[in-house]
Amino acid sequence: MNFGVVQFPGTCDERDAVLACERVEGASAQLLWHGETSLDGIDAVVIPGGFSYGDYLRVGAIARFSPMMESVARFASDGGVVLGICNGFQVLCEAGLLPGALLPNVGLRFVCRQVGVEVVNAETSFTRACEPGQVLSIPVKHTTGRYYAPGVELERMEAHGQIVLRYAHDGNPNGSSNDIAGVSNEAGNVMGLMPHPEHAVDPLTGSVDGLTLFTSMAVARV
Amino acid sequence: MKARVLIRPKAGILDPQGIAVERALPALGFSGVSEVHVGRLVELEVEDETQLEDMCRKLLANPLIEDYEILVGS
Amino acid sequence: MSEPTVEDAIALGLTADEYALVCEKLGRAPVQVELAMFSLMWSEHCSYKHSKKLLGTLPTEGEAVFMGPGENAGAVRVSGDLVCAFKVESHNHPSAVEPFQGAATGVGGILRDIFALGARPVAVLDALRFGEPTSERSRYLLDRAVAGIGHYGNSIGVPTIGGDVYFEGPYETNCLVNAMALGLAREEEMIKSAAVGLGNRLVLFGASTGRDGIGGASVLASAEFGEDDADKRPSVQVGDPFEEKKLLECSLELLARGLLVSLQDCGAAGLTSAASEMASKGEVGLEIDLDVVPLREQGMEPFEIMVSESQERMLCVCEPSRVGEVVAVCQKWEVHGTAIGTVIEERVMRILQHGSVAGEMPVEALVDDCPMYPIFPEKPAAPLYPAPEGTLSVEADLHATLIALLASPNLASRLPLFQQYDWIVQSRTVRRPGDADAAVLALPDGSALAASIDCNGRRVACDPYVGAVEAALECAANLACVGAKPLGTTNNLNFGNPERPEVAWQLTEAVRGLGDACRALEAPIVGGNVSLYNQGVDGPIYPTPVVGMVGALPSAEAAGRMGFAHEGDAIALVGWNKTPSLEGSELAKLRGEPLPDGLPGYDLDHEVRVLDVVREAVRSGAVTSAHDIAEGGLLVAIAECCLAGEIGADMDAISADLGFVLHFGERRGGFVLSGPRDVLAALDVPLDLFGTVGGDVLRVGDPGGPEVSWTLTELRGAHAALAPLFP
Repeated sequence: MNFGVVQFPGTCDERDAVLACERVEGASAQLLWHGETSLDGIDAVVIPGGFSYGDYLRVGAIARFSPMMESVARFASDGGVVLGICNGFQVLCEAGLLPGALLPNVGLRFVCRQVGVEVVNAETSFTRACEPGQVLSIPVKHTTGRYYAPGVELERMEAHGQIVLRYAHDGNPNGSSNDIAGVSNEAGNVMGLMPHPEHAVDPLTGSVDGLTLFTSMAVARV
Repeated sequence: MKARVLIRPKAGILDPQGIAVERALPALGFSGVSEVHVGRLVELEVEDETQLEDMCRKLLANPLIEDYEILVGS
Repeated sequence: MSEPTVEDAIALGLTADEYALVCEKLGRAPVQVELAMFSLMWSEHCSYKHSKKLLGTLPTEGEAVFMGPGENAGAVRVSGDLVCAFKVESHNHPSAVEPFQGAATGVGGILRDIFALGARPVAVLDALRFGEPTSERSRYLLDRAVAGIGHYGNSIGVPTIGGDVYFEGPYETNCLVNAMALGLAREEEMIKSAAVGLGNRLVLFGASTGRDGIGGASVLASAEFGEDDADKRPSVQVGDPFEEKKLLECSLELLARGLLVSLQDCGAAGLTSAASEMASKGEVGLEIDLDVVPLREQGMEPFEIMVSESQERMLCVCEPSRVGEVVAVCQKWEVHGTAIGTVIEERVMRILQHGSVAGEMPVEALVDDCPMYPIFPEKPAAPLYPAPEGTLSVEADLHATLIALLASPNLASRLPLFQQYDWIVQSRTVRRPGDADAAVLALPDGSALAASIDCNGRRVACDPYVGAVEAALECAANLACVGAKPLGTTNNLNFGNPERPEVAWQLTEAVRGLGDACRALEAPIVGGNVSLYNQGVDGPIYPTPVVGMVGALPSAEAAGRMGFAHEGDAIALVGWNKTPSLEGSELAKLRGEPLPDGLPGYDLDHEVRVLDVVREAVRSGAVTSAHDIAEGGLLVAIAECCLAGEIGADMDAISADLGFVLHFGERRGGFVLSGPRDVLAALDVPLDLFGTVGGDVLRVGDPGGPEVSWTLTELRGAHAALAPLFP
């Protein structure tokens, strides 16, 4: 299992994502420079958090046009597993690989805190190592994390099991529609989430609940 | 040619920045203010103004959540 | 362009005598670019002309010191060949003008100081001082400063792991924003700033150069702040964390590829200071061609280019054959990279424009020949500061007093501020704000680094010597509570106008206190900064020698926590060899009592022994929790341990009717520890076992006496008093 972690100018959490992937048994991980195009030897792609291109203009808006994102879009349309975390989620929405968009938090402030994230759909490539209804303790840290999709789209997504993760215990940190923390595409091979599972993989620095998402991706491939 | 693109939150989408400004104004003694929305202004020099629409849809705005308005000339 | 006159020199902050000295050094009157460069290099900010002699009394050497004062930051050895570079710097005046950009560029500047040494920045801590939050302007300044710090640190991917905030009236018109950064590198990766190698090229890389900041930080920081601060707004520098992120990665890649001879950041005073410091340290000269400097605006004058404080720029020296590779790495990271000059033998700064010499000055005259000024300390005969405005009646009972203290601005939970910072990026943060007294970062070999920043300006105002000792003791106590031993210290001396005898006295006494404490703690000062002329309309700020301390502990796994955790654990008060005092305490402030003239002193040998015992107890895992007793005294410390652990405590050996001296009196050097009773009883320090962890109530009262109790919910509610200010 070889994870590829995309790095744009302004990406911040790429090393953390590599470390998290490497914690999965038997897995390796490598950085993918945004200006390159090759995904040779990559079994799953992670688009990590940060502030790609400074988040100028609109979060994720510029990164989606990089050469690597074109390759990632082809990889996804061929059924490849792609996970977008925080800024990576924003990039995937802007690229049209995921439905919806991310808006500024209702509180308008950056918010960094540990939240409970409920696994709504445990049948996806990203959650199959989780129990349905399990609440994972994972940190969020963002200013633009309020997930939005038009009402009709939301209903359709709910019906198709595309709402994969929800904030639990009334702990929605950003005012997202339906307490959404993470969504997948219709095919189920692309997921984005605002919480940072790569920062919940080591008991020394917090919880280990985020590791199950990376483990699921490895299981998904087998 | 000079062009300006005004981008604002789509009607009906919660605009916390607009709300924050709307709440702050009365505190400073300004009354009778409503419907405040905060958006962005993009100024650019373009050779071919017919491309502006496409630029807006592809990059400058996100039509899912934002409306845009193109103003050409001074 | 007319020749500048002595009046121009005075407008730029030089004195008439200094102008005459410049003329003497040059053998003629300076042209515009020369005068601008001298005025910057001879400003207080660059020359330390009022403080250099005092700073020379501070201890700077020790076993762990890898790089002492003089470079962009200091550095200490942590474990193996791993080195920690760290420094605190102020951005007070820019923050008072434009708090968001002022604070943001403050963070940007201190981060550049760290990676200019070749170290990857791994953490930021901030010391913030503002007027009382009852003031709308103070709330606005704090809110925007916090947002600015978050904007920069969060966007660049460096965690903000700690800091402190104090609210006091004397900061109302002159807030303090000090930022401390830590970086890590292997010894062999570290680089210095001296320009060496005749014929080597000087490369400017990063952002383009604009008119921002001209007449900004360095001039602002060298004169008292007037009423016309709005006029200075156009000269405020704007920070771009995205540019800095690229600059950081670009710098580290240039170093990793072995392309650089030396590296220096462009901070306050821009190219002028950066280039002349590099030339001075390398004992060489530099020839700089302004025609090739990438500019943001057309038609910039030589002096504007040389003094521009445009952010996110670095200077490096490389061999001529390496210029192509250096520029290629810059292109990869999408930053400008331009060879703008050459290292020359003649020890001058030669500025070229349009093929001719626009200015030429001896390096030594610029860097070393600024006159030094003596200061004339004199203890003020009358109190310098008015009594704080009282908010709590002396009649308030024990119950109401603890609630009032927990809810007071200086003691209430900082969570509403800290949660605006990313404290987890880089996956090292073992103890986050609120978990423990100091922040703890895990290192690759399993050991850990700890950091703390502190200074209670009101205590320093009461007694500059003792107050400064307390600031250092507080940092060391914070480190001990996580099990860390100090390796080194950085400081930022925030004071008023040193030309006033009472401020000179505060400065002299505080530096003496800092020196004595750091010597005793074996925590030498490896770098720092001085910010003088912090005067508001009502007089000087509280003297605020901010202390930042870095320490190490052998195992990240064993890092201590402050919260009570285990039902049935005994609670001990350890360390105090003297009774605390209400004078100068947080309670005295709430009661509106005047500042006392002097505070009780410390036996530093005793304090060091206590710190050793606490540190060992934490490291060995023998105790469950450790928390030092600071503002608000013993009961506040116990309440904080209850809140952090979400568990109550029964203090059945503390009387509830003894007056408030034991409950709320203050003195550094005391700790609240929890753990097994026999372990605590065996500690070799002054000690009282006076309570037990458990339940959901904090109860105080000895058998037979009255008792007072607070539910955790009550304590939590009081402690959350700042939350409504940051909705």
